[in-house]
Amino acid sequence: MLELNHIGKYYNAGTVNEMCLFDDFSLTIQDGEFVSVVGSNGSGKTSMLNIICGSIPLDAGSIKIGGKDITRMPEYQRQRRIGRVYQNPAMGTCPSMTILENMALADNKGKPFNLLPGTNRQRIDFYREQLHFLGLGLEDKLEVKVGVLSGGQRQAMALLMSTMTPIEFLILDEHTAALDPKTADIIMELTDKVVREKHLTTIMVTHNLRFAVEYGNRLLMMHQGNAIIDKCGAEKAEIKIESILDKFNEISIECGN
Amino acid sequence: MTIVLGVLEEGLIYAIMALGVYITYKILDFPDLSVDGTFPMGAAVTAMLILKGVDPVVTLVLAFLGGAAAGCVTGFIHVKMKVRDLLSGIIVMTALYSINLRIAGKSNVPIFSKETIFENEWLTNHVPEALDPYVVTIILLIIVVICKILLDLYMQTRSGYLLRAVGDNDTLVTSLAKDKGMVKIIGLAIANGFAALAGCVYCQQKGFFEISMGTGTMVIGLANVIIGTKLLKKFGAVKATTAVIVGSIVYKACVSLAIALGMGASDLKLITSVLFLGILVFSNMQDGRGKTHA
Repeated sequence: MLELNHIGKYYNAGTVNEMCLFDDFSLTIQDGEFVSVVGSNGSGKTSMLNIICGSIPLDAGSIKIGGKDITRMPEYQRQRRIGRVYQNPAMGTCPSMTILENMALADNKGKPFNLLPGTNRQRIDFYREQLHFLGLGLEDKLEVKVGVLSGGQRQAMALLMSTMTPIEFLILDEHTAALDPKTADIIMELTDKVVREKHLTTIMVTHNLRFAVEYGNRLLMMHQGNAIIDKCGAEKAEIKIESILDKFNEISIECGN
Repeated sequence: MTIVLGVLEEGLIYAIMALGVYITYKILDFPDLSVDGTFPMGAAVTAMLILKGVDPVVTLVLAFLGGAAAGCVTGFIHVKMKVRDLLSGIIVMTALYSINLRIAGKSNVPIFSKETIFENEWLTNHVPEALDPYVVTIILLIIVVICKILLDLYMQTRSGYLLRAVGDNDTLVTSLAKDKGMVKIIGLAIANGFAALAGCVYCQQKGFFEISMGTGTMVIGLANVIIGTKLLKKFGAVKATTAVIVGSIVYKACVSLAIALGMGASDLKLITSVLFLGILVFSNMQDGRGKTHA
């Protein structure tokens, strides 16, 4: 279970440009939930992910995972239980290292990075199998540098790498936004497959309303640092794109757009 | 022949240091100026240890460790105190000038007539006289090859993977639940260890420590790395470490050529910087785009 309690986050505090992003924002995500988060730019979606991962500090409130307070835990330590895929496909892989080396890196997450061989030869078949699961033919290109792969291929690898070791949470930060519609569909299906197979608690920020409606079992719409829609279970299943779009228009008019 | 051997000798010594610069510049993308201080530091430590009668081979290890410690300081200043990379190096380099004087006691320490890795009883007894002119080159070659192999092996370990990853994409290192700052510190430690080791070998070969011997080390190291990697780019199979060693020898040959063509020894630094500039401009033209920093 992930709990955000009374989160406060202000930018440029104490200046005329002070901007309040979150003021007393609370959210609880149960184990096994797949939460889709939508909302306009600047509504606090990505900031929420950054706060959960520890990429940006908090001004008020606390974060708990499984009842344990992680508010002060540095980002890299939190990542042991979190897998994250970024919008930019380049963020999840090492371009100058080969596919095999990237897989080995991801496989060693949580283990000590000592002077043992970086690639465990006995794991190669396992890596092949995992890559085969992507269906992109990467399993035959183990010695190819990741830098020459396409964005979609790299994002698929990033997804695979971030979920290879046992993690509790999967954080998807607009991970299909930089891909063409066809590739985005493929990556989204893969995501769903991975999440189901590994029973991951998932938070997915997306601008793609169709993905938000079709996938996951809970839907949040963020607006000015608050969740103005929060539906789960059967209620979520009934939501139509049109109703979200209407809500979107409504808040846009409020903001004068 | 003497000129060729001279080029090889100096080229190989600087190749050790260039392996370190390769780590910071090419892998970590960190312009590390502290090598200007760790190179003479290695020499100062070596001169003192040899005068105290320490085995010359042992000084190689101790000099490396000394340099590594200084590299950790640079890394600590950059990572934990959040000082810019270039400034961290300058701070450590400046401090090391005084520290090196403290270590050596004075600005010039000769160690002629002492046993070194190049001149000792074992060598006199075991090496035939005909080989005498080549002994230094052969020993240097052995040291450089050992350094290269160790570095190549390290790069294939888990820790080495992480080092390569941090220069490539440090977000991924965080995603792997590792502190990217620590990885950078390790990289800087290894790099400065190599610089100090080069200083140690230089001191033993020339027979003295001199406080200003480190000036321009980084520029030479960068030139070696860039020449090597550009020159051997076409041969994809050549390892970067090999390229760096070849680059060091080629660079030294260019400098010797300039001197042979009538430039004086006092023009050395001028030759160094003009040559370096030439390499940068040339490699920018090859890339078809300018790099925003060097």
